[in-house]
Amino acid sequence: MTATVEHTPSLVEQFKYGLDAPICLTWEWTYACNLACEHCLSSSGRRDPDELSTEEIKRVIDELERMQVFYVNVGGGEPTVRSDFWELLDYAVAHHVGIKFSTNGVKITPDRAKRLAATDYVDVQISLDGATREVNDAVRGPGSFDMAMRALRNLADAGMRDFKISVVMTRQNVDQLDEFQRIADGFGAQLRITRLRPSGRGADVWDELHPTGEQQRQLYEWLLANGDRVLTGDSFFHLNALGSETLPGLNLCGAGRVVCLIDPVGDVYACPFAIHDVFKAGNVRPAGFQTVWRDSELFKDLRRPQTGGACDSCAAYDSCQGGCMAAKFFTGLPLDGPDPECVKGHGEHALSTRDSSALPKPSQDHSRGTKRVSLGMPSVRMPDRACDTSPLAGLT
Amino acid sequence: MAPDLDLDKPYRLNPSVALRPEPFGALAYHFGNRKLSFLKAPELVTFVRTLGEHASLGEALDAGGLTDRTKQSYLRALASLAATDMIVEKERDDRDR
Repeated sequence: MTATVEHTPSLVEQFKYGLDAPICLTWEWTYACNLACEHCLSSSGRRDPDELSTEEIKRVIDELERMQVFYVNVGGGEPTVRSDFWELLDYAVAHHVGIKFSTNGVKITPDRAKRLAATDYVDVQISLDGATREVNDAVRGPGSFDMAMRALRNLADAGMRDFKISVVMTRQNVDQLDEFQRIADGFGAQLRITRLRPSGRGADVWDELHPTGEQQRQLYEWLLANGDRVLTGDSFFHLNALGSETLPGLNLCGAGRVVCLIDPVGDVYACPFAIHDVFKAGNVRPAGFQTVWRDSELFKDLRRPQTGGACDSCAAYDSCQGGCMAAKFFTGLPLDGPDPECVKGHGEHALSTRDSSALPKPSQDHSRGTKRVSLGMPSVRMPDRACDTSPLAGLT
Repeated sequence: MAPDLDLDKPYRLNPSVALRPEPFGALAYHFGNRKLSFLKAPELVTFVRTLGEHASLGEALDAGGLTDRTKQSYLRALASLAATDMIVEKERDDRDR
């Protein structure tokens, strides 16, 4: 897919210095969600009263059109529970910003599926974290498997093609890879698998859910055999150190260079897995998205050459690039050291010697059933909000 | 499969493709098939943008005053762009425009 002219440095080298606009922008439209997945990377549940309004989202879409961001990944929360979701979808498409949205399927009725199938430039990604009801519902909650399968059936029946089934790989489902592929084939869908990150509520379950060392090898070999028809969001490049063959993809942490996240309240983070003040570049409200993307000090810093730090002496560093920044951060490991899932075992060692009493917490937590942390001021409580009682208040 | 490029035929950038300038060259996005490609040199971007102004691909290459080596690398890049429908042979009815 790459048009090569010989005298230029490799594309990946160029990407490290950042692009004028992101290639892959993730944009979460709400923190509200009808589910409460154990591993939710954005700790979603309740809507935030400060979420971007319909008009504010449209202004950012206008800007993305001007910046020629050709498509965005919309997520949440569950984005379709916003009452203006379909209006925003149509607006984006009309402004040459294609939308691929992630959903648990709650609103994908037969009628809606027909309309989606008839809309060019929209792609749907249904989340499914188990090829069986038992495995899926243990993580995503009771009823979620049936809901996803119903949505998949509706999309297939409506004639939609190449929609995605998106799976977060866990210790419980790595063995189900072939079964996931069969499910995708059965619906005429494409399988997408991504890495479990210790982000959001994912931090609470990461120890028990992240794949074992043996499963990482299994995953790597499965990807080598099947990777050309499976999407991965480039999330498994840390596995490249397992062998001489490189997995398809850029093999690069794109945070702040080619990817970023806009969260529901307009905060811009370096990547979807790094919702923490340390990785916050700014907010779209005061001066728009482009200013943040081009001028934020954090992003400028990420676009400077990075060093391998403790990994410099490791022969595999060129293959794995030190792994995932967010995974290191939320497991309390230094950013210029090994990934917690380093296939050479350096991560395990680092985890065993870290101070695990003070792991960083995400700067946003909209989980239901928990109170927001009042930062540094234990005597001051945030007022209870009207939408605490129903996560979907005013949205459905 | 990459279609063979014919030096005697005219080509142009597919009207469904948008080019976004980047420090390394440009990012090409095809609104029809949603494929993304990268043009890895600013000179190649200019060449592709003006490709449709020439009566043939061969003429376009000659007009640029390119070295043989650069021509060969352009041809490889153009073949991969043609394979993903980013550049297309000009239709007979718009050749006269």
